[in-house]
Amino acid sequence: MADPIAQAVAEAHSTEWASVLAATARVAADLDLAEDCVQDAYAKALVHWREQGVPKKPGAWLTTVATRRALEHRRRDDVARRKLPLLIPDEQASDGVFPDDRLRLVFTCCHPALAQEAQIALTLRLVCGLSSAEIAKAFLVKEATMQARITRAKHKISRSGIAYRIPLLADLPERIDAVLDVVHLVYTAGHTAADGDELTRPDLARRGLDLARMMRLLVPESSEAAGLLALLVLTDSRQAARVDDDGRLVLMEDQDRSRWDEELITEGLELVPEALANAGRFGVMAAIAAVHAETKRWEDTDWQEILGLYDLLLARWPSPVVALNRVVALSYVDGPEAALHQLQDDPALATYPYLASTRAELLRRTGRDAEAQAAYEEALAFTSNAVEAEFLQRRITRGG
Amino acid sequence: MDERGDPQVGKYLVMIYDDEAKWAADDGSVMEQNHKNHQAFAETNGSALRGGGQLDGSETATSIRSDGNGGYVVTDGTFAETKEVMGGYYIIEAADLDEALAIAKQVPSPMGGVEVRPLVNGG
Repeated sequence: MADPIAQAVAEAHSTEWASVLAATARVAADLDLAEDCVQDAYAKALVHWREQGVPKKPGAWLTTVATRRALEHRRRDDVARRKLPLLIPDEQASDGVFPDDRLRLVFTCCHPALAQEAQIALTLRLVCGLSSAEIAKAFLVKEATMQARITRAKHKISRSGIAYRIPLLADLPERIDAVLDVVHLVYTAGHTAADGDELTRPDLARRGLDLARMMRLLVPESSEAAGLLALLVLTDSRQAARVDDDGRLVLMEDQDRSRWDEELITEGLELVPEALANAGRFGVMAAIAAVHAETKRWEDTDWQEILGLYDLLLARWPSPVVALNRVVALSYVDGPEAALHQLQDDPALATYPYLASTRAELLRRTGRDAEAQAAYEEALAFTSNAVEAEFLQRRITRGG
Repeated sequence: MDERGDPQVGKYLVMIYDDEAKWAADDGSVMEQNHKNHQAFAETNGSALRGGGQLDGSETATSIRSDGNGGYVVTDGTFAETKEVMGGYYIIEAADLDEALAIAKQVPSPMGGVEVRPLVNGG
């Protein structure tokens, strides 16, 4: 992008969108109106900044333009709108407390009365400023389907009276968890693409990281927000080593650890003590990622420590995926044979390729090559990601 | 809160859904406690309550559908066959959904749960 003005607007879009929309939504008391006004402000910026130069505070400029337009609309439409339910703003500002508007926005998008897939779509649309087409592409659904999902969610917000506000103190931990879950899912969807030719969707992963950083900033007292950010940066630190120069998948045991990102590792490790303060779910997951990050060679991995952390996770937040990961850790403590015995055919994971590929790896390590081969083939049948499929194909060709 | 400064208040219907088979298996002790719990709920949330009542069993229900030709088909039973049926309701007034949900969470429903629906245009 050679045009410096277009570049400045694009930059403001990625860094300021959430703040501008969040402030405008409070004034507009209507999410659709707020979105229109903000989009209009960005369009105006392209023209005005070219004539008058880029303002010192682009975010403030955009917010002023967008909120002014929202106010004009509301005045003009007041009579028409009077009978329509409005986005309900909170009264907290009158207490002399001015929480960041982005918190209102993200709590509204991730309200538990909305389905989680709607929470994810709304967050990407309203907090990250992605278009419906971009979100649809990321989640492999038709644009019309994604548009309908977003519209339905916005209707539920206005008609059922979901307030544009910071939750009541009693609900806060649960509501923060709901937001963090959405952020985690956004990152995960980017970290390993469910489909396609590339292993990752870097843009989605970056949005997940940005959201995690935002939450860390907005709720600094939440140890789980620290935990999620630690988990994501530590996971992301291995990004460059996950594929080789030919774009082929490299398992962690074979990764060139000199390609791990030192800066991200430092950032993550510094967060871990705070993340573990209340031993929350993301805190424990971050601690597992930290054990890997701190280990210079695969052979030196402290699997006993990792297994203990998985035991803790499984006891407090049981899930088939956590159970599977625990079995992998167990295989390095008690051996692959013991792990195979604990591998359960959970129906919830019937089409989960990592169940079959884990079984395949364990069988390979016990020398049962023919059975391993069959398991790799099963995993391949459930894998839609071309990079992972190529890896499994290599294992099959090699004969387990 | 709109520009006229009126607090925005909306009405919500809280529907209590019960598994009637579970009530049938009750020796009366849960029922008795349930009545007390509803009284306590009504006392605590009196200022938000705009109505409510207990429905008789689903075997007493009669459903009516238009036959599309100006006539009606009257049938014995509830409108939809489900394991859990509506056994009672409250109409509550709340500033927003969170407030409505906070009240609805307190509604005693030992044999099922509740569903919260806003009334159109605040009722």
